[in-house]
Amino acid sequence: MENHIFELQYAMDTFYFLVCGALVMWMAAGFSMLEAGLVRAKNTTEILTKNVILFAIACTAYLVVGYDIMYGGGLFLDGIDGGDTLVADALAASAEAGFDGGSVYSSASDFFFQVVFVATAMSIVSGAVAERMKLSAFALFAVVMTAFIYPMEGSWTWGGNDVFGLYNLGDLGFLDFAGSGIVHMAGAAAALAGVLLLGARRGKYGANGEVKPIPGANLPLATLGTFILWMGWFGFNGGSVLKLGDMASANAVAMVFLNTNAAAAGGVIAALIIAKIMFGKADLTMILNGALAGLVAITAGPDTPSPLVATLIGAAGGVLVVFSIVAMDKFKIDDPVGAISVHGVVGLWGLLAVPLTNGDASFSGQLIGAATIFVWVFVASFIVWALLKVVMGIRVSEEEEYAGVDLSECGMEAYPEFTDR
Amino acid sequence: MKQVVAIIKPFKLDDVREALSELGVQGLTVSEVKGFGRQKGHTELYRGAEYVVDFLPKLKLEIAVDDDLVEQVIEAVIRGANTGKIGDGKIFVYPLEQVVRIRTGETGPEAL
Repeated sequence: MENHIFELQYAMDTFYFLVCGALVMWMAAGFSMLEAGLVRAKNTTEILTKNVILFAIACTAYLVVGYDIMYGGGLFLDGIDGGDTLVADALAASAEAGFDGGSVYSSASDFFFQVVFVATAMSIVSGAVAERMKLSAFALFAVVMTAFIYPMEGSWTWGGNDVFGLYNLGDLGFLDFAGSGIVHMAGAAAALAGVLLLGARRGKYGANGEVKPIPGANLPLATLGTFILWMGWFGFNGGSVLKLGDMASANAVAMVFLNTNAAAAGGVIAALIIAKIMFGKADLTMILNGALAGLVAITAGPDTPSPLVATLIGAAGGVLVVFSIVAMDKFKIDDPVGAISVHGVVGLWGLLAVPLTNGDASFSGQLIGAATIFVWVFVASFIVWALLKVVMGIRVSEEEEYAGVDLSECGMEAYPEFTDR
Repeated sequence: MKQVVAIIKPFKLDDVREALSELGVQGLTVSEVKGFGRQKGHTELYRGAEYVVDFLPKLKLEIAVDDDLVEQVIEAVIRGANTGKIGDGKIFVYPLEQVVRIRTGETGPEAL
């Protein structure tokens, strides 16, 4: 009878993992719509193409070698099915952990849940380099990022390995529940390195440093994308509880859902108020970024804050993101969708907010962890982008950029009926 | 014969059309155009930075009429398009040399 309960718990926890993974997978749709909405019509097909191929590349590269680097699972997921002793091994592990102990679930479901996080990190890059990068250079970078750069920092954090054998982040009190730093800030660091080597879009900054806005073509799509991401985030954070099959875990999952939602709402309200005060208008693009900022901010620790504190953590993210986006333009860092601000700057805030409510994390641990992730991803990415730049070039020609990368990279327009550029 | 070209605010099209129909004007060509006059452009805001929209959307009406109707057509356009606010548009009148109805080959005022 006890074994039957463990089997049921195994089935429930595996099922929960898979459903949450599917929710996170759907975030790829959110990023696609958000980015398609915030670029110009002439660059829509290309950004959609980028989003769908980066997802496929992430899934394949992580399957081939990434998961092995991060958690050790064998190249090509060799042996992930658990082998002949799967049931016996799982039952033994369940008996050892106990009914309310650590989660025991199918290792295939673990891969599925992990792989969609890799794709999320890579999606962050695509928005920041939009409208001017060569598709081929982006695809090649995606291979290195998802096969090597992300799995390395993942192995030091969630994987529990020492950083180049020097120090262990877990021992230092580093905690990142669902990846404010490991996923979001890492994606932003790779994006920042790319943007610095790529340069701003033509016409974005005037000779005297004035900012010339390049409005996105479709704010309904950007809003839809934001709502899809908001929904997918319940899988992102909720799934990271890793277990649903006992009452304490079910409560933890419910709390994570609640706090994730509260933080997003806080981010929206804060971004709205700040935008209204700073610009005099309710800038929708800032409000959408505020929602995502709230979500990124709570991702590092959605399990311990009270709902009020979660709202405030999200709200602080919403404030931060508006100032950050304006500041990025001051430094001429051209990020069409605000990805570096939303995921990078607010991702760091999310990490630093964890020790406020979770005694297991320390500020020093969070700082060292953030620095480790940022330096590794930024430097490694910078080297890869620089190599690509020297070998094949990462930017389309000025003429192609003017005509739109839809034509130069994909040969088709998103809205062929409308010829007006 | 005269060609009357009027630039008007897009939302006044129905009023102008009604005023012209009352006069018995038989045909009208409308194009969507962009431009600026004394109204100049307006500023919009995107992600904290202001930008100027130089060219505003307007409609261009082309009306071919017989000489004796010109003054009434001009009055009708003014009546339909006037809001009293800046940006109401302008009316240009050109001499019209010839008109041909393609279906029948009729020419001159009969073809209007």
